[in-house]
Amino acid sequence: MYVVVAGGGKVGANSTRSLLEMGHEVTMIEQRPDRFAVLEGEFGEIVMRGDATEISVLERAGIARPPELLLAVTGDDEDNLVIAQIGKEGYRVEKAIARVNDPRNQQHFELLGIKQTVCATTSILGLVEHEVPEHGLVRLLQLQEEGLEIVEVQIEPNSPVAGSRVAGIRVPEGSRLISVFRHGRTELVDDKTVLRPGDQVLAMVQNDTALDLRKVLLGSK
Amino acid sequence: MKAVVVGCGRVGSAVAKGLVAHGWQVTAVDQNEDALMRLGADWPGGFVIGHGMDTRVLEEAGVTEADAAVVATNGDNTNLVIGQVLQKRYEIGTVVVRVLDPARAAFYAERGLNTVCPTQTAISVLLDTVRSGAPAPSRAG
Repeated sequence: MYVVVAGGGKVGANSTRSLLEMGHEVTMIEQRPDRFAVLEGEFGEIVMRGDATEISVLERAGIARPPELLLAVTGDDEDNLVIAQIGKEGYRVEKAIARVNDPRNQQHFELLGIKQTVCATTSILGLVEHEVPEHGLVRLLQLQEEGLEIVEVQIEPNSPVAGSRVAGIRVPEGSRLISVFRHGRTELVDDKTVLRPGDQVLAMVQNDTALDLRKVLLGSK
Repeated sequence: MKAVVVGCGRVGSAVAKGLVAHGWQVTAVDQNEDALMRLGADWPGGFVIGHGMDTRVLEEAGVTEADAAVVATNGDNTNLVIGQVLQKRYEIGTVVVRVLDPARAAFYAERGLNTVCPTQTAISVLLDTVRSGAPAPSRAG
């Protein structure tokens, strides 16, 4: 797909790198000459120098094609909001994701129709809330070097997977269900295993996907 | 009538003083305390120190009861966002926003925001003056 990335700071540069690795076409806009030079050195001609809140700059970046995705990820919330608005309202960009630097500005984005936002501070706070206390998830063992973790999740009656066969459960990539402990006995999980309320499920998860797995097994509460 | 002026620079302060002269109750908002000096020693209106993106600052300045608002900070995008917030969230009847970039001013004007673009005004006046071949004031006078 075609992606326009407005803002070449840490977020913009890393997103661009990943998008390119995934095989997407990217144009990146950066205003600061020093940053532009570094980015141009790494990414070449896909980096454009200019103010991404200027309509003519966005047009040079191909906003009128329009891109399938617009990332407004500068360090300035007002700029990100205006970039996303111009893209969505002026050029029918279907998907615009805006970075919110100050969580207090989140309400302005919502009010002005930019629903897809990413705020690092809010995300980190969300993780903290999830971590203490961790509803329904126990971290049993962490293997730092291997990037592996063994966790235990107790299936609740209202869990979205209660009554489901393991074969039909889409666990996050990098995680695997190992065993189920029920009525004092442990069973190794295979595709035919059906998860029931009260089951204590052991799982191996890679690279911090424990919370994603919990979401799949227990729902997002 | 009550008005809030966000951004108390050359333009904002002059508009604020002008409105007071016409009998309005005006509160000015600026991040910088020094901006108060622009309003003069006998400023009868209100003054709130803070950023116009902060809803607590706006509410302290009385946006919930304002009849009109003028947004003239030194950032176009800041003005565009604050202007929309005042219009949509606080439903102020008259909101005027100063935008220096003609393209953005036109874009948001088409979408129902009352934008004023001094750059566009200057361009138009300069063009008209040259085209009409008006003589220099000294010779005309």
